[in-house]
Amino acid sequence: MPTKLRLAVYKFASCDGCQLQLLDAQGKLLEIARRIDIDHFLEARSQVVEGPYDIALVEGSITTPEDAERIRKIRRDCRYLVTLGACATAGGIQALRNWGNIEEFVSAVYATPSYISTLATSTPIADHVPVDFELRGCPIDTGQLVELLTAFLLGRKPHVPSWSVCVECKSSGAVCVAVTQGIPCLGPVTQAGCGAICPAHGRECFGCFGPSEPANLVSLTGHYQQQGIPPEQLGRMLRSFTAEAPAFRAEGDRLRGLQP
Amino acid sequence: MSELRRISVKALTRVEGEGALRIRVRDGTIEIAEFNIYEPPRFFERLLRGRAFAEVPDITARICGICPVAYQLTACQALENAFGVQITPAIAALRRLLYWGEWIQSHSLHIHLLHAPDFLGYESGFSLAVDRPEFVERGLRFKAIGSRIMEVVGGRAVHPINVAVGGFFKAPAAAALRGLIPDLEWGLAAALELVRDVSQFEFPSLQCPATCVALRSDTGSPSDSGRIISSAGLDIAIDEFEQHFAEEQVPHSTALYSLQLPDRTPYLVGPVARLNLCREQLPPHTRRSVEACGIDWPLVNPYKSIVARALEVAAAFEESLGIVRDVMADINPCRVEVTPREGTGCAATEAPRGLLYHRYSVTADGLITAATIIPPTSQNQAQIEKDLRGLLPSVLGFADALVSSRCEQLIRSYDPCISCATHFLTLVLDRGEA
Ligand code: SF4
Repeated sequence: MPTKLRLAVYKFASCDGCQLQLLDAQGKLLEIARRIDIDHFLEARSQVVEGPYDIALVEGSITTPEDAERIRKIRRDCRYLVTLGACATAGGIQALRNWGNIEEFVSAVYATPSYISTLATSTPIADHVPVDFELRGCPIDTGQLVELLTAFLLGRKPHVPSWSVCVECKSSGAVCVAVTQGIPCLGPVTQAGCGAICPAHGRECFGCFGPSEPANLVSLTGHYQQQGIPPEQLGRMLRSFTAEAPAFRAEGDRLRGLQP
Repeated sequence: MSELRRISVKALTRVEGEGALRIRVRDGTIEIAEFNIYEPPRFFERLLRGRAFAEVPDITARICGICPVAYQLTACQALENAFGVQITPAIAALRRLLYWGEWIQSHSLHIHLLHAPDFLGYESGFSLAVDRPEFVERGLRFKAIGSRIMEVVGGRAVHPINVAVGGFFKAPAAAALRGLIPDLEWGLAAALELVRDVSQFEFPSLQCPATCVALRSDTGSPSDSGRIISSAGLDIAIDEFEQHFAEEQVPHSTALYSLQLPDRTPYLVGPVARLNLCREQLPPHTRRSVEACGIDWPLVNPYKSIVARALEVAAAFEESLGIVRDVMADINPCRVEVTPREGTGCAATEAPRGLLYHRYSVTADGLITAATIIPPTSQNQAQIEKDLRGLLPSVLGFADALVSSRCEQLIRSYDPCISCATHFLTLVLDRGEA
């Protein structure tokens, strides 16, 4: 029986925040660290132990032709592929280009666009290769990551809730910002996992864990519109860190269609 | 016949993000020394257009998971300047506390897991931890305290959620702030020990004089206000930045290069630049340690930046202590009212890796029409290449693997944050033979 799991960590277009959560989890869970070998982690170690690996943890989205190729190689080199965070699971904030014109995006930032090799879109990893498990969030929650690694070590399925942030508000005693302050909040349609930290700080959930399983977007945005929130504001909210998640994408596009 | 050798080292490791190094030498002359950043561009400046001003701190945070607070606070200040909003001294102090938390966690991560292994002969912080657990564990405790500050003030360590234009969504409880005191006291004492430990490392000798640029404040360590000064005598207001520095694109990098005008010369930002320029402003314990740590200021050996970073960890603890000891009650109000108006505003702050500049133009409705973000790594890039050229003649006689590891170490000593700049890891050393 192999006693240690062989882990590999990869980065695509991203901010490194999810990998940082991994380093934090490692510090917190020495017990886990003893049973896992991180054999490939360019951001943290010089030595690379060749694959195949048991688990590949992938941060970031696919935005270049080279990366679209690289993820296929990674898939072939691991048993389980787990995507980490909003970039890897839903294209990330950089997916806002998907609604624009890429040439115009490149020339807005770079004086010589021809030096830049990029795809017109930023897409989730699952658009390119089969993904075995995903952890949502921008960034991922360290607790969920530890649960995932523990589950792999024990050979069971990870317990990661699919209910909405509202459930976490209620269980943590956070006061509902939508009901008490009329703030448009994406909590009712966003997957739990963060611990409802935004509402607990008196502000709206901005959906960084992406849509929850049974989310009814049309009903929620209809309710907010009745309260006088303009559709363009709601559209912007849906088009942020998980804009490419299908449910948010569809509703964001529908709201855009409602605008004059 | 010209002599040409080609070496290719696949991955430049232990830096944040993706980059590579390309060197070409012909007959002993260095023709090219390029630090390539191939981190895929994410077009933040463009995707901010059309967004509401209130969304900017959350969006710009995602430029870098290691230094999100730098982006959030610089964005807030730039927008407040555009709207003519004045925050209160109490809010400003709380923001600085959050910033010090980020400095502590970012610097202690770099020192212990990424940089110290170079001097102690390890390939990573993980393997260093096996032999020197006390060193790495102390480092992880620093980092945990930094993260704790960010949680108490910002609501979360990676991408804090409590930062708003105008202040904070929710005031952290005074008791929670004061609860940080014992950890901060331990942190200051332990960081002064860390300074002693790292200053005893053996450093390769290398002289890389640079024009240093930093934000100097009259009171306290460089952080979020003051004037931009340089070791060449520059002394300007923050809003004059773009008249003195300009970004340029080069073919081999997705990060823009920021150069000093008028001659487009390289310059250095970050811990070494700050300590070379602003030692007088440091709090007393750190200042004593600055004098006692055995460095002849100004510091010109980039490898010794680890000592500068350790000193800044101490400064951050000392500054944080000063702030929380002054907290007597919850900060109220924790947010001032913000009414958007049409205009443009800019701001600069000292991120852990150096000066960070933001400028935004906003409509009367508070929508962003233009954004410019100049991160520290873009500013250091040209200097890194210059210093590589300085290093190479002394190491070219070595075997390729050693050349590459010495170059990597040099690059690592700048703590380049590549995610920020594109807004590294291949070495190609070509010794001739086309
Ligand atoms: S999901 Fe968010 S925290 Fe994670 S890498 Fe992407 S931008 Fe960073």
